[in-house]
Amino acid sequence: MSNPLISVSDLTVTFGGSRPVHAVNGVSFTVGTGEVLGLLGESGCGKSVTLRSLLRLHPPRRTTYGGRIEVDGHDILSMSEEQLRRYRGSVTSMIFQEPLLAFDPVYSIGRQISEAIRRHRAMDGTAAEAEAIRLLDRVQIPQAARRYHAYPHEMSGGMRQRAMIALALSCRPKLLLADEPTTALDATVQIQILLLLRELQREMGLSIIFVTHDIGVAVEISDRVAVMYAGRIIEEGPIAGIIGGPAHPYTRGLLASTVTQNMRGTRLEAIPGAPPDLADLPPGCAFAPRCSHASATCLASIPAYETHAGRGVACFHSLNDEGVPPSVTAKVS
Amino acid sequence: MSNDLPLPSAEDRGGPAQPILIVNGLRKHFPLGGGLFGGNKGAVHAVDGVNITVPKRTTLGIVGESGCGKSTTARLLTRLIEPDEGEVIFDGEAVGVPGGMPLKELRRNLQLVFQDSFASLNPRMTIERAIAFGPQVHGLPASEAIERSRHLLDRVGLEPGRFGGRYPHELSGGQRQRVNIARALAFNPRLIILDESVSALDKSVQAQVLNLLMDLKDELKLTYMFISHDLNVVQYISDHVMVMYLGQVVEVGPVEEVYAHPRHPYTKALLSAVPSLDPARRTERTPLTGDPPNPINPPPGCRFRDRCPKAHAVCAEIAPPSVAVGADHRVACLMADPASGHPDAS
Ligand SMILES: Nc1ncnc2c1ncn2[C@@H]1O[C@H](COP(=O)(O)OP(=O)(O)O)[C@@H](O)[C@H]1O
Ligand SMILES: Nc1ncnc2c1ncn2[C@@H]1O[C@H](COP(=O)(O)OP(=O)(O)O)[C@@H](O)[C@H]1O
Ligand SMILES: [Mg+2]
Ligand SMILES: [Mg+2]
Repeated sequence: MSNPLISVSDLTVTFGGSRPVHAVNGVSFTVGTGEVLGLLGESGCGKSVTLRSLLRLHPPRRTTYGGRIEVDGHDILSMSEEQLRRYRGSVTSMIFQEPLLAFDPVYSIGRQISEAIRRHRAMDGTAAEAEAIRLLDRVQIPQAARRYHAYPHEMSGGMRQRAMIALALSCRPKLLLADEPTTALDATVQIQILLLLRELQREMGLSIIFVTHDIGVAVEISDRVAVMYAGRIIEEGPIAGIIGGPAHPYTRGLLASTVTQNMRGTRLEAIPGAPPDLADLPPGCAFAPRCSHASATCLASIPAYETHAGRGVACFHSLNDEGVPPSVTAKVS
Repeated sequence: MSNDLPLPSAEDRGGPAQPILIVNGLRKHFPLGGGLFGGNKGAVHAVDGVNITVPKRTTLGIVGESGCGKSTTARLLTRLIEPDEGEVIFDGEAVGVPGGMPLKELRRNLQLVFQDSFASLNPRMTIERAIAFGPQVHGLPASEAIERSRHLLDRVGLEPGRFGGRYPHELSGGQRQRVNIARALAFNPRLIILDESVSALDKSVQAQVLNLLMDLKDELKLTYMFISHDLNVVQYISDHVMVMYLGQVVEVGPVEEVYAHPRHPYTKALLSAVPSLDPARRTERTPLTGDPPNPINPPPGCRFRDRCPKAHAVCAEIAPPSVAVGADHRVACLMADPASGHPDAS
């Protein structure tokens, strides 16, 4: 992948105030055209803040960005407001957990979609309406021409989520940012939305960054996955590789503590403790206080993010296939 | 462990073979419209003729899409709301009838823990006092109630000296849910209904709380009803599982049997909607289309029929009765009843 569509390097995001919150602490990743990157991690680890940075959606006065974000040749962090306005929606758009936030409650969903189309594409009202109906139909909303006139609150959760996808895709973006769009849905509806996104992604050659806390969802949607902890990516790789052989003790712990099929009668391997306060990060590896492999080095310094053969990991004691750090194996044998 | 507690555990009256809870024909309809003349718009059939049996010291998982009546069932059983109809028998004693178990005693024996760890705690009360509050209302002297509260904090993994004086907002979600569990335990209940109690927690913390629940169940001889939308967690923690659809039970049985051999088409669909976690076996087809419907004035016959791949004309005519298809395994589907006239019946 010589020329990725998205390239984020050493991104930092700090929110000001008397106790500054270091929400993102040096995040780097790339996403190719037509690739789906899952951004996985537990609540508060900085997934949404990272994602929203790609649209520069944080309150400008309180937010300090560092590093660089490049999307389709645009340098996001140095764009003017006018450039940002054109970039939002047309190059990059976003869907999230609560579709009611995407829509204005006083206009029909169809009208909002056709207005978005007219704003970004050279189409008159009639053509835009026809295109909006085509999109509503494409996201599998039954009786699309009739639903065009529906107000957001008149739709069920799953249908609203589909309408939001139609709105997000109405200006034919290259990158779709998805922030837990299926988290509030029943599993039966969630899988419908994931399959729809996968279909649309293939059809339109979209790149997607899909934020989730749910490993099962990440597996269904992602080509690659990046695992975040305390504002950093601590591990990254192809989804099968991460699930089959996690290299970071946190990833391993997260997988082990997730209840999957047929685990009855076994005791769960919980990770002790809780994630650190982002306003008061420890000096070394942020996971070290909870990590059974942690050494003095881990508590004192932050491990570098090292990449090898499509995998990346930030750990002084990264694990081999047996789930133990090579240094430990060496000592035992 | 139970001997350490300052309050004696409620005694086992009926013996080990007597189910702790038997529910027959539980029903709750919420009228629509409400207003003075709004009586004829029909009703939400939130819980519509539900039968439940929970053996002692087991866990009954309850699953089904949102709106199917899981929380209403929990609220009816704990009498947060009044049922329209239905018989409740707690350890062999009919509840709320003359000569039976008084409601106050049921409330002590049957506790409910919700999903939202914040909403159920008073923001202006330290957690030590919040846990002591219930038993005090039930007549335990203040000093004993506090002693008991500190004991319970310790038991759910929160050091009383460090956490007892904190307020709910000074705790993480996982810690607050431990407080809610301690608060339920303070009544020395025999049955605890956990309504999505671990659903909002991060996986690493969820595992801690699930381990705690398993330990407490053994040590305190508890029985659980475990409501969750996470079918993997339900399989993990439950002995039996009950599947609800639009206010009714469509299938119930031993968890391993129902998961391995689901008989109701709805149960099959629910189970296949669970992501596999295997990148080589991604889901290729959706098991169900559309959103879960509302239980407003449900049509006659089988309520699942308009989403069912196996629906037949007869499904619109007959409301499927619950039939036995194995030991403790019952299903309400005409296909499970050879005499129903459904072409796929066996
Ligand atoms: N606008 C903001 N101002 C201050 N802190 C914020 C803001 N947005 C997010 N945060 C904090 O940044 C951290 C990471 O949040 P977020 O990215 O939303 O986590 P998640 O991984 O759950 O999506 C959290 O501690 C959150 O409280
Ligand atoms: N107090 C109420 N008034 C009217 N309808 C209600 C009330 N409580 C619940 N319902 C309705 O009853 C049905 C079942 O709800 P609930 O038991 O909360 O479902 P679940 O917990 O399975 O998601 C839903 O359609 C819900 O909207
Ligand atoms: Mg988030
Ligand atoms: Mg509920």
